[in-house]
Amino acid sequence: MSTQERPEERNPIEDLLRMDRIPHIWCPGCGIGTVVSSFADALHKSELDLNKVAIVSGIGCTGRVAGYVKLDSFHSTHGRAIPFATGLKLANPELKVVVFSGDGDIAGIGGNHFIHAARRNMDLTIICVNNFNYAMTGGQVAATTPIMANLSTAPFGNFEYPFNLAYLADACGATYVARWTSLHLRRVTKSIQEALGKKGFSFIEVITPCVTLYARRNRLGDGLNLLKYYYDNSEIRHGADTRTVPIDFQGKIIVGKFVDREKPVWLECMNTHLQKTLGEKYRPYGEKP
Amino acid sequence: MKTVKADPKGVLTGAHYLDGDFAIAEGALAAGCRFFAGYPITPSTETAERFAERIPFVGGIFIQMEDEIASITALIGAAWGGQKAMTVTSGPGFSLMMENIGLAAMMEAPLVIANVQRGGPSTGLPTLVGQGDMMQVKFGSHGDYEIIALCPDSPQECFDLTIKAFNLSETYRVPTFIMTDECVGHMHEKVVIPPADQIDVVERKWYNGPREKYLPYKPDKDLVPFMIKAGDGYRFHTTGLTHDERGYPVINAEAQDWNVRHLVDKIQKNADKIIDYREDETEGADVVVVSFGITSRVAVKAVQQARRAGIKVGTLRLVTVWPFPEKRIRELAGKAKAFVIPELNLGQIRREVERCAFGRAPAIGVPHCGGWVHDPDDILKAIKEAAR
Repeated sequence: MSTQERPEERNPIEDLLRMDRIPHIWCPGCGIGTVVSSFADALHKSELDLNKVAIVSGIGCTGRVAGYVKLDSFHSTHGRAIPFATGLKLANPELKVVVFSGDGDIAGIGGNHFIHAARRNMDLTIICVNNFNYAMTGGQVAATTPIMANLSTAPFGNFEYPFNLAYLADACGATYVARWTSLHLRRVTKSIQEALGKKGFSFIEVITPCVTLYARRNRLGDGLNLLKYYYDNSEIRHGADTRTVPIDFQGKIIVGKFVDREKPVWLECMNTHLQKTLGEKYRPYGEKP
Repeated sequence: MKTVKADPKGVLTGAHYLDGDFAIAEGALAAGCRFFAGYPITPSTETAERFAERIPFVGGIFIQMEDEIASITALIGAAWGGQKAMTVTSGPGFSLMMENIGLAAMMEAPLVIANVQRGGPSTGLPTLVGQGDMMQVKFGSHGDYEIIALCPDSPQECFDLTIKAFNLSETYRVPTFIMTDECVGHMHEKVVIPPADQIDVVERKWYNGPREKYLPYKPDKDLVPFMIKAGDGYRFHTTGLTHDERGYPVINAEAQDWNVRHLVDKIQKNADKIIDYREDETEGADVVVVSFGITSRVAVKAVQQARRAGIKVGTLRLVTVWPFPEKRIRELAGKAKAFVIPELNLGQIRREVERCAFGRAPAIGVPHCGGWVHDPDDILKAIKEAAR
């Protein structure tokens, strides 16, 4: 085969990456890149106009995603990706706005914004990479760290109750809640696709290996060992009651699509309510005539 | 800079009896602001209430966020979504906003924040006046950056300066502040809102060159980069990290030097165009009273009495507090014997006047911790002392 006949060697998601910023900063064995691939795959499979899709990240390892994805992309402050995305979405309602950030960003420092955006049913898709620790700063205990896991600020093991993020999102009114691990590549892609195609506050949690910090400190082996752990211990339970899906240290991980419900988003609620209350004097906002 | 006439939908033309907080909301609507995100806090809440009541008939967004951090951050998102956006707050809420005021400065997002000042620190005096955030507004977020801050002394100026704040914010792509206070915010006075065709509104500095050549942080001749909005097909990136012209993060000393100097230069080198103040009888004055906001109105009585007593007193009222009118203070320092600076804090602007006077004229403060305005006699006493 001559060189001319060989197919061009390129990454299939190159069109969605800022190739002038690659290589990325993530460690070997890290799961964030896998989730980015799934996200890109989902965007390709979706029928969205990619010029109308914006991505917002906060700070942290996953916070760097916005810097690598070739969309209108915003790298905001720690914990504030959701209110940033709220402003962006409401200012330009024709956008599809995705928040792509870590557990520390979304559920730790940004927890208040998370619950309120879910309560309002703000039309946002949240992809939360959960690696059970603050990795960018060197592996500190997080709001998602399972009890017993050892981290640099829980040097004798964590004793705090962690969040069950799926339950939290469900309780606050999210219209779509799914959890996978980074081993469930195709299912992550499918969930992101479903979330992108849906109106409302959608939440996808992806459990990923942090090899350099979480796994090393807890002597869990390398990336492959963690994927093996996911393989052996994940149990798909679609529609599971989210109260029953907490994550224990090296325990069983219940995954699946837990919630998929319909309800009007914030902007629809505003327009419908004010139209009804004020009648013709009301000027609807952001609706296509 | 492209100036257009105000959209009549947002302009409530006529003579009204409004408090300063309401006038800020009307100024914002007249300036084309169609996005307000806020959180209730005394004594600023009335601005949010007024906006919430008016916006359904104009067409736009009012959203009450979960806190002030969310409010300011939503504004930055809204600016990148193409809207003119504002929020209003007071002391504690202002402190909460600081980190993301830095993000707005770094991302060069045009937006307007009004601070109806109350007594601080901490919860302080929720319902009573203060002017203690004058340094915080300039230095409150970490690192070096510049902002613009205006200081209205009446409900009419709350209206006028809010329009001006939006115009400056768009011209320089910088967060711009209306530093009013509880007295002006709650003072009811006549506010005249002109017809829409008499209100000049600065449009965003939209980029219209070839798409592939767009760089979000490449300074134009006036040092201000062109802007676009999300959804226009540019697939651009912006970050709070130190960045280059492309908006890409670059973590080294050279990029830091370029980035930070740019943020500072675009305001400092345009300062003469931004600075605004009102002077009265400063020519030949022995004493110049420098004041701002409610204190400038309290000082009027003291100045009148001093003049009746034969003292040559001039006044300089700061309309823009930041950037500070350094040159003018320096000129006056060479002519007057002394400055007198009454303010509802323990000498924040006094210190700035002292710095600009280069020791050529003393800067005599009339400090007051807030809670109520000055007794004009205290200002008069300081003027008499200064004239000696």
